[in-house]
Amino acid sequence: MTRNLSYREAINEALVQEMTRDESVFVYGIGVPDHKGIFGSTSGLAEHFGSDRCFDTPLAEDSLTGFGLGAALNGLRPIYVHMRADFLLLAVNQLANMVSSYTYASAGKLKVPLVIRAVIGRGWGQGFQHSKSMYSIYGHMPGLKVVLPATPYDAKGMLISAIRDDNPVIVMEHRLLYDVSGEVPEEPYTVPIGQAHTLRPGGDITVVAASWMSVEAIKAAEVLEKHGVSVEVIDPRSVSPFDSETIVASVKRTGRCIIADNDWLHCGFSAEVAAALAEHCPSELKSPVVRLGYAPAPCPCTRPLENRFYANAVDIIRAAEKMLGTNPLDLSGEEFYSYEHKFQGPF
Amino acid sequence: MGFSPKPTDALKLNLELYRKLYLARQAEESIRAHYAENEMKTPMHMSMGEEAIAVGVVSVLGPDDQIFATYRSHAIYLARTEDSDDFFAEMYGKETARLKGKGGSMHMCDPERGFMGTSAIVASAIPVAVGAAFASRKQGNDTITVAFFGDGACDEGVFWESLNLACLMKLPVLFVCEDNGLAVHTPQSLRQGYRSIAAIVSKFNCQVLEETSTDAEVIYDLTRKAINLIKANRQPVFMHLQYYRYLEHVGVNEDFDAGYRSRKEFEEWRQVDPVNLQRKKLLGNGTSETEIAKIETKIDRQIENSLKKAKDAPFANDAELCRGVFS
Ligand SMILES: Cc1ncc(C[n+]2csc(CCOP(=O)(O)OP(=O)(O)O)c2C)c(N)n1
Ligand SMILES: [Mg+2]
Repeated sequence: MTRNLSYREAINEALVQEMTRDESVFVYGIGVPDHKGIFGSTSGLAEHFGSDRCFDTPLAEDSLTGFGLGAALNGLRPIYVHMRADFLLLAVNQLANMVSSYTYASAGKLKVPLVIRAVIGRGWGQGFQHSKSMYSIYGHMPGLKVVLPATPYDAKGMLISAIRDDNPVIVMEHRLLYDVSGEVPEEPYTVPIGQAHTLRPGGDITVVAASWMSVEAIKAAEVLEKHGVSVEVIDPRSVSPFDSETIVASVKRTGRCIIADNDWLHCGFSAEVAAALAEHCPSELKSPVVRLGYAPAPCPCTRPLENRFYANAVDIIRAAEKMLGTNPLDLSGEEFYSYEHKFQGPF
Repeated sequence: MGFSPKPTDALKLNLELYRKLYLARQAEESIRAHYAENEMKTPMHMSMGEEAIAVGVVSVLGPDDQIFATYRSHAIYLARTEDSDDFFAEMYGKETARLKGKGGSMHMCDPERGFMGTSAIVASAIPVAVGAAFASRKQGNDTITVAFFGDGACDEGVFWESLNLACLMKLPVLFVCEDNGLAVHTPQSLRQGYRSIAAIVSKFNCQVLEETSTDAEVIYDLTRKAINLIKANRQPVFMHLQYYRYLEHVGVNEDFDAGYRSRKEFEEWRQVDPVNLQRKKLLGNGTSETEIAKIETKIDRQIENSLKKAKDAPFANDAELCRGVFS
């Protein structure tokens, strides 16, 4: 049976079902058992499964990542939760030098079924230390899987896949997605890691957009459709492993591609997508690839600059018009996502 | 250079402390009153409850001393600068603020006045303070560097590494641990596998001073002692100061119904509220109600005025977004 669930409820349900199924699964991190429960995603776990299996920790990101590794090597299935992806950066040493290479370094004898969840901040004046995503740096390392579920359906299915995976998986969840709702089956299911998903078929332009940007891309596609432009929206879903085939196949058909990312462009995931196109379908491209993402600056706090910092549906529409050589549409009648109306402060 | 001499006139000092305490408290009261208007779009980590520490420590510092702090620094910033115009302009994200709103509540920075910035990545400004102290000594400046941080910061490895470094290199650092017993909602008992931070730090080559008072003058005197020790012994000092956080971790409301702490505890600390306590002290020292009211009215007007100016000011234009990434 499917029901309408929010993204946060979908994550919560995946955790409850997997913790019920498998005693070796446990959840830890600052705030996981408190009354806010990581924006509701871990609510009720401590009450239901006890403080052995859902517990609070000191502030010690580097150590607690190594701790998760040690537990995982011995058959437990740890899920380490970070309220912000920015705090995960304190654990880059463990990830780059330990976690990602352990299986390789043990000639495959040791497995690392470790899951790390990290919330991409954004919004409401979070500023430059609570708004990063930087998933490209984790995708850069062989031995780590990195996924970016963008729908409640994928949030549940990919988290379950991550928990059952015998390799380390980093699940990055965009804060604005927590309020998105959609159809989610009640029973446990998996969504394979490493497969892109075509969210919307179209023939004129391919927009590759992960995580929150897929929501913006769909909005842009809906607006453009009214004006006769058919946009295909592909959610890569997974930074690593990266399904370039789905994207390349789409661009071979459309001949045009916009990559809309939740990150800085330079050396980012968007560059990887562009490289795949340059490698696999350079002659099919009717115009140069366009990349959209964070402005090349730390994220400012004040709203007007913060709004300019992030790419959005309007930027995608403008890029499409430029690519097609059409006149800018009058967008005054359109209502776009703004966190004024998606994500109301103060909090 | 170094730090300012203690005013010989105790009354004068107590008036100064009260002025800063009252400013910090009322500025935040005014944030509370206006936050729901949804114009200050910056997450607020309020100082309420810690004013005695902020004001007591900062008032001892000289103009060239440096402060490194955290996302919870309203009181420290206001005690240092008394600049409510800049403060509110930053809260409202306006162009008229020094940072033009790029920093917000968590990231105030005013290096010209020795407020060297903050970090909202817990404990990550502590080593920076140690490096600043190294520079101060190397350049022959007789200044002190202060690192403010919470009890949660002591969980982090970088705190211990920085403490070790400062002690090893005998640097003029004043570590100020503002201990409210909580990291967000998690009590010390769930985070720290030792009984006393002060006892452990005292095994390092530094001096440790502890205090639970909410009397800004007591903190002031203790800070003077700390700075004298730093200068006399050429060693860092670690001050462990306790206080009670009045409001939720982030946000402008009380949260005693959330279940992780009791209102009763708050009521007890409220008995020794740092602002009231200083007010009572002044009355006891022979300051009249009228004189105190005069100070208060002046500050109330100052805040009202700053708030209005901030509201009326323009935002920076888009070109500001990528300006200042490099020097
Ligand atoms: C490295 C890091 N981990 C986690 C967080 C999330 N976080 C923000 S404030 C905070 C609590 C810090 O407590 P403490 O140092 O005692 O400061 P207080 O808020 O009590 O002033 C936590 C865990 C963070 N900002 N940085
Ligand atoms: Mg604390």
